[in-house]
Amino acid sequence: MERAVRTDLPGLTRRRRRPGEALGPYLMILPGWLWLAAFFVTPVIVMVSLSLQTGNFIDGFRQTFHFGTYADMVRTYHVQLVRSLVYGVAATVACAAVGYPVAYWIAFRAGRHKSVFLFLMLLPFFVSFVIRTQSWNVVLADHGVLLGPLKDIGLLPADFHLLATPYAVIGGLTYNFLPFMVLPVYVALERVDPKVIEASTDLYASRAGTFLRVVLPLSLPGVFAGVLLTFVPACADYVNAGILGGPSTTMIGNIIQTEYFTNLDYPGASALSFVLMGALLLAVFTYARTLGTDEVLEAAAR
Amino acid sequence: MTTTTAAPVADAPTAPRTRRTGRPRRRPTLTLYTVLVLAWLLLPIAVMILFGFNDTGSKVNFTWQGFTLNWYRHLFAIPNLTSALVNSLTIALVVAVVATLLGTPIGLALGRHRFRGRGSVDLLMFAAIAAPEIALGAALLSLFIVLGVPRGYWTIVIAHVAFCIPYVAITVRARMAGHDPTLEEAARDLGAGPWTAFRLVTLPMLLPGVASGALLCFALSVDDYVITSFNAGRTVTFPLWVYSASRTGVPPQVNVMGTLIFVGGLIIAGANVLFSRRRAA
Repeated sequence: MERAVRTDLPGLTRRRRRPGEALGPYLMILPGWLWLAAFFVTPVIVMVSLSLQTGNFIDGFRQTFHFGTYADMVRTYHVQLVRSLVYGVAATVACAAVGYPVAYWIAFRAGRHKSVFLFLMLLPFFVSFVIRTQSWNVVLADHGVLLGPLKDIGLLPADFHLLATPYAVIGGLTYNFLPFMVLPVYVALERVDPKVIEASTDLYASRAGTFLRVVLPLSLPGVFAGVLLTFVPACADYVNAGILGGPSTTMIGNIIQTEYFTNLDYPGASALSFVLMGALLLAVFTYARTLGTDEVLEAAAR
Repeated sequence: MTTTTAAPVADAPTAPRTRRTGRPRRRPTLTLYTVLVLAWLLLPIAVMILFGFNDTGSKVNFTWQGFTLNWYRHLFAIPNLTSALVNSLTIALVVAVVATLLGTPIGLALGRHRFRGRGSVDLLMFAAIAAPEIALGAALLSLFIVLGVPRGYWTIVIAHVAFCIPYVAITVRARMAGHDPTLEEAARDLGAGPWTAFRLVTLPMLLPGVASGALLCFALSVDDYVITSFNAGRTVTFPLWVYSASRTGVPPQVNVMGTLIFVGGLIIAGANVLFSRRRAA
């Protein structure tokens, strides 16, 4: 959309008044670019280099191009790696299932109050992520506000618990990333031209037919963007697993942190981080290719 | 609840009205569902606010004991927590200023100019946003370890600025997209120098975007746990303090601080909306 606007603005491409002007954009980009080069690109390269070193914390690490670390790490922690992906997929699917109807309702049924409901969707972002997760810890506590009364009246056995189960962790992930799904889906639904829906009903499509064959396909780009925005952070998250989970719900993020700070196994931790980042970025870029990075960025900016 | 929220449905300008069946089409199920999901979203916020007023005797704040304003009175009674909050706020302020200064020109260049390498800058922004936070944190930690840089306050600032720059750039770029470049050209044709044209034409138009970008940075920085935890060393920020306390029990002061941040954030966001609306009018 943006691109279409730009091409018919002649000032952008044609004009070249002063010789120094061509340098302009580069000078504008340079400071921020240098910062990202130094503190985003370089660190990733250093991390890869560190992952191929061998040694230990006391004697130091030396570069030996030891690719075996990757195999060792993946073999040791494949359970947590797979678990992270499974939790990520589960949370993403849950976000889409829970969030799509909400986005639909806000886009088509909220009438004048659309912005109020969108604002309510965004409200959780005004509370710290860790505090929100901690609040669930309070709500779901073994004898807390939710389970306590249910146990007292005998509806649940005394040893029933939600914390430290996969349900709590996936629920926490779904909770925390739900707005990232609802907003792009809402934006896509909002763009659906009401005339198209009208045409569909005029042509005697049923209500379900109109939804399945007109509205849903038109909103899919929003769902794709939402999947991206929820899947990556959900897989890599370890706050939910840390606060709401237990030993049996450890995710790869928790492992990476332990490897860095407790085991001081820097090469191993670097290798795991790179595997996680590589896997997720590969998935994201394959995804974005089919969609166009602009649109994903646009959705991410909201 | 349902009846009040169902009311606007009647005048929704879409499908229901165009149907020829003549039946009023309300779908209370979907409305009820949305209300329930929103309630679910807002429940932890309510819990946070409520338990800031909880008259709990100990640090353990899990069950409701009665109403008190005690924790508001003794908000700064835990020195570690207070210094963590101060760290978070000052870091966020520095980050917002630096990241906005670095990110705004990128957004401006991406939104206004076509140049060789534009695609790769786009890609860099995209990668920095799409990469999982933990990988950014871990990569920076690796760099600091290899260089022997001790982690602390300033490594947190460096890390936060790095992940905030793309967000500022994108916010500003989005603002530029709706802007007509011929306005600035007109100013130049009328004899304004490049700086004057920028100051009098581009900058006022850009300002709401820049303000949103800066606020976004502040919010992202105050809230960040993952990247901070990797690069904090012994420095403790508010989220780090809360996370480590969550194992043993979070004192009510945390709820109070969370509530105050929440209310402050709402006021600033509201002011920003009003301000940009006034400008637009």
